[in-house]
Amino acid sequence: MTLSSKPENSSQGRPYTVVGARHGKPDALDAMAGLAKYTDDIALPRMLYARILRSPHAHARIVSIDTSAAEAMEGVHAVVVGEEMPARYGVIPWTPDEQALAVDKVRYVGDAVAAVAAISEDIAIAACKRIVVQYEVLEALTTPEAALANPHNKIHEANKHGNVTKQVQLAFGDVDAQLAAADLVIEGHYAYHGSTHAALEPHCSVAHVDGRGLLTVWSATQVPHYLHRELAKVLEVPTHKIRVIQPQVGGAFGGKSEPFDLEFVAAKLAMKTGRPVKCLYTREEVFLAHRGRHPFDMHYTTGFTKDGKILAVDAKSLLDGGAYSSFGLVTTYYSGQLLGSPYTFASYRFDSTRVYTNKPACGPKRGHGSVQPRFAIEVQLDKAARALKLDPIELRRRNFIGENTTTINEFHIGSNGFLECLALVEKASDWKARYGKLGRGRGLGVAGSTYISGTNYCIYPTDLPQSGVQICLDRSGRVRVFAGTSDIGQGSSTMLAVVAAEELGVHLDDVRVIAADSDLCPVDLGSYSSRVTLMAGNACLSAARDLASKVRQAVAKKWGCQKRDVILADRRAQRLDDPDVFIDITDAFILAEVEFGTLGSTGSYQTPRDDVHGEYRGGTIGASPAYSFTAHIAEVSVDEETGDVRVENIWCAHDCGRALSPVLVEGQIEGSVYMGFGETVMEHHHVMASGLRTDGARRDTGPGKDGLLAHSSLLDYRMPTTLDTPNLYAGIVEKPDPRGPFGAKEAGEGPLHSVVPAICNAIFDAIGVRIDSLPVAPEKILAGLRAQRSGGQSC
Amino acid sequence: MLRLPPFALHQPTTVAEAIAHLAAHAPDVRVISGGTDLLPNMKLAQTRIQHLVSVKFLEELHGVTRTATHLRIGAATSLQDLADDEDVRETLPALAFAASRIGSPQIRKMGTLGGNISLDTRCRYINQTELWREALGGCLKSHGTECHVVPGGQGCVASLSADTVPPLIAYGAIAEMVSDKGIRRAPVQDLFQQDGTWHVRIAREELLLAVEIPLPEPTTRVVYRKWAVRQSIDFPLVSVAVRLDGADGVLTGGSIVVSALGPRPRVLSLNAMAGRKIDEELAQALGQLVYDRARPLPNIPYDAEYRRERMVIEVRRAVRVLAGLPERPLAQQA
Repeated sequence: MTLSSKPENSSQGRPYTVVGARHGKPDALDAMAGLAKYTDDIALPRMLYARILRSPHAHARIVSIDTSAAEAMEGVHAVVVGEEMPARYGVIPWTPDEQALAVDKVRYVGDAVAAVAAISEDIAIAACKRIVVQYEVLEALTTPEAALANPHNKIHEANKHGNVTKQVQLAFGDVDAQLAAADLVIEGHYAYHGSTHAALEPHCSVAHVDGRGLLTVWSATQVPHYLHRELAKVLEVPTHKIRVIQPQVGGAFGGKSEPFDLEFVAAKLAMKTGRPVKCLYTREEVFLAHRGRHPFDMHYTTGFTKDGKILAVDAKSLLDGGAYSSFGLVTTYYSGQLLGSPYTFASYRFDSTRVYTNKPACGPKRGHGSVQPRFAIEVQLDKAARALKLDPIELRRRNFIGENTTTINEFHIGSNGFLECLALVEKASDWKARYGKLGRGRGLGVAGSTYISGTNYCIYPTDLPQSGVQICLDRSGRVRVFAGTSDIGQGSSTMLAVVAAEELGVHLDDVRVIAADSDLCPVDLGSYSSRVTLMAGNACLSAARDLASKVRQAVAKKWGCQKRDVILADRRAQRLDDPDVFIDITDAFILAEVEFGTLGSTGSYQTPRDDVHGEYRGGTIGASPAYSFTAHIAEVSVDEETGDVRVENIWCAHDCGRALSPVLVEGQIEGSVYMGFGETVMEHHHVMASGLRTDGARRDTGPGKDGLLAHSSLLDYRMPTTLDTPNLYAGIVEKPDPRGPFGAKEAGEGPLHSVVPAICNAIFDAIGVRIDSLPVAPEKILAGLRAQRSGGQSC
Repeated sequence: MLRLPPFALHQPTTVAEAIAHLAAHAPDVRVISGGTDLLPNMKLAQTRIQHLVSVKFLEELHGVTRTATHLRIGAATSLQDLADDEDVRETLPALAFAASRIGSPQIRKMGTLGGNISLDTRCRYINQTELWREALGGCLKSHGTECHVVPGGQGCVASLSADTVPPLIAYGAIAEMVSDKGIRRAPVQDLFQQDGTWHVRIAREELLLAVEIPLPEPTTRVVYRKWAVRQSIDFPLVSVAVRLDGADGVLTGGSIVVSALGPRPRVLSLNAMAGRKIDEELAQALGQLVYDRARPLPNIPYDAEYRRERMVIEVRRAVRVLAGLPERPLAQQA
């Protein structure tokens, strides 16, 4: 259900015709009808199938690998081991700690050791079983506490500080003085568990070297450009000899935002055999590849005035990183840097430490690095509101940071619709009449959040643009948009078509978007950090305006009027002041082609360099051209006999600046809310680890072996079904930001954040029990109720 | 992807032909009906078998027949048909309900009653990939010698997870098997043994034809309750059927069948409690009875202590439903 939508219009001095309209995705029907071609749908002549042999040990040294029996099998064309691709890589260039296949040691159960290419998958599987690997098993470190306590048992020998991959300590203002001056200090300990993306489509890659020596890699990736760079590095092939194509992708959510072993394996085996090679993950391999939400252990101390103003936030976080760095350097910064709005902090300090453990690597999942601290701070605010007897929405309003302002950690905030978001969910949920009045067992909870619309800087140092778009028009009336963008289902190709159609006066169906093919398209950095609408949208807008200007100029010349008197809209070029004077848009394009020759333009986008962030070390990480804002209200009912929590309703309002495609924005809101709800109440990427904390972390591991996944299928990794999912209400707030195309900001990740604390705050409203250790589970509810009966909890 | 290993599929059109195939290939043979349990287990190399005998074309194994005294349900009747059948819903509502809570709509359409009765036991240490089990070092049911559920345990304690079994036992169902040695009948209650590696007492040569359930007296009522984390798809983490016989709110007999424990369901007779009123007090007493007599193991997912607590609650709730009381305790009806 939609709460509201009210765009205000203007472009070429006319109302919008495509922007803000309730269109769908032009390519949706193909996906729904099963016609879309995913990577696994690619079948090339003489194609071989690859399988990867994986480590059964969480931590072990590789003594020897004997591949002779596998190589001798009929149907096996090649075997590859780590020594053939020893280059270290990592999506963050500062932390290259991965190798395509393990060379000296394995670091988690599932680490890739060798791979086989054979004429069938069955033969490849059988051949993997014939590879003999001798291991020297090492002590596995499967909790961050164990990793910190054993600095000499290094998971990565080259790491400087034991098993610490990154520590960030930043302070703004005098936290200690403010805490001393505070009327109320709330101290809380929070445990946020791991969860994974669980995209429908498993990772898949196909590689082929053609007769000219060009290596083409098709992959289910969300970062074709970074994949391109890392392939070149690891395979030692220059980038101009590699073509990367991203076919249709069946969901990614951050889980496909860096290179994976299968891409290097398929490419290397294609190079060795001279034949196309495909590698498709099993679902278990997807869980092992992971790069999902980091488990966080957080300690928060927050000081308030008696009026509820935030004087100080002091945060300490321990991040369980898993076996590799992935985006961990950024995650560690984000864990503190993205907390500085939508509330004003008079002082702020955070200390975040990420450690290696012998588990699948954690990385970026939708809401990268900021969902966990958002949970902690929003529950802290709820506790403060209770203690101060303030309405929790009112407490949030009192701390609102405002717009066109700067956060305490010196990020520039442009447009800010947070108050409108709060107002929308407050009204839609009938909060004023219902909060605190629903009777025992039923409750409402609120929370708010913010997120970046892309990172201000590329992950490798460069002055190159973040996004490039090329547009061609011709006498057919068709518009072709070429972009390196990666549509992973979120609709980035639709977004480009909307921008181009709006400016060039055509319908959405008249625009062909050719995306994510490094031979055909200009570079875009990829679908991560919610960057595409703002960055590629701006690049597309620039290219489209350039061409629209030429078309209008050519038409104006014909009509003997000024260019500004010609507008392009609805497949026509017409007089601004006289709608009866018009020509078909195809004729307008023909006039322009006659006037200017073949019609093409490029646009590029580079992020702002002034006034975006502070000049301190780390001040660039978390900086964005624009920020989105979100508010959630959740309604729950709790069964006090069983401990069951039923989430009944979730209202979400999200300020995306301008909804270029309201239907898609609502889809992103609903999808985000669903995903956040799922990880709050049941999803758990759970790796068995002995010595689990005693603070309520789930004890369902039982005996077994450290480092094994508790689930390796979608049966045991439980995601909510339709029957489990509450009513979702998606509300769009539009506060156009001057830095976004038509004012647009992000919508893909922000709407996930505050659903998590909103649910936990609603549980407290229902039964007076705090769930500070996720996920919500009936045994934790019952434990809380027992503590309550014996006089335990108060706020 | 996970690959299905090669096997021979036999598709007989008569029962005689089917049992000939079973006899010819035993023990390296299984009956396949919907395949919703067997094929995933084969993909995981948890079940390694060369011959499958399909019952798809055996007409006498399909459908529900009602006689004056019995309901006969063919083993190849789909779970969805079972859940939707008017006679089953009218006379054996707890069985229809149990069938309706299995898997997802797709699985119920494919899966059958016979398949659910023969469902392989489940355990977090066995329902895993080969890599996972290799990393674990195997277990009693895989390729190892150690039980990870009961350290030092000598027998496999993987869990019976079939939703239809508790209500079938509560209703007193009889299973009918056929082999080249003839027809054999046995109470469903006696079909299970305390060995998770092969817990169903149906020989590899035998074909389950049907179950027959006596039409319950109006004074007999059964409630089935299942707890799983999700409302769909999941196997039961707690599974109880409560049968109370009695008129005018007074108990004359009955039973509680608890499953999702080990390989065999626990059946507790209530005949000794005859004469008690069917009320909240009985709900509490029967809750205590199962707490004392049945203990979930850390074999299937989720905290075993919570599952034990939940089992008690589900029994209490079943009794409340049968007593005409609200499901939740009155204190919660605010």
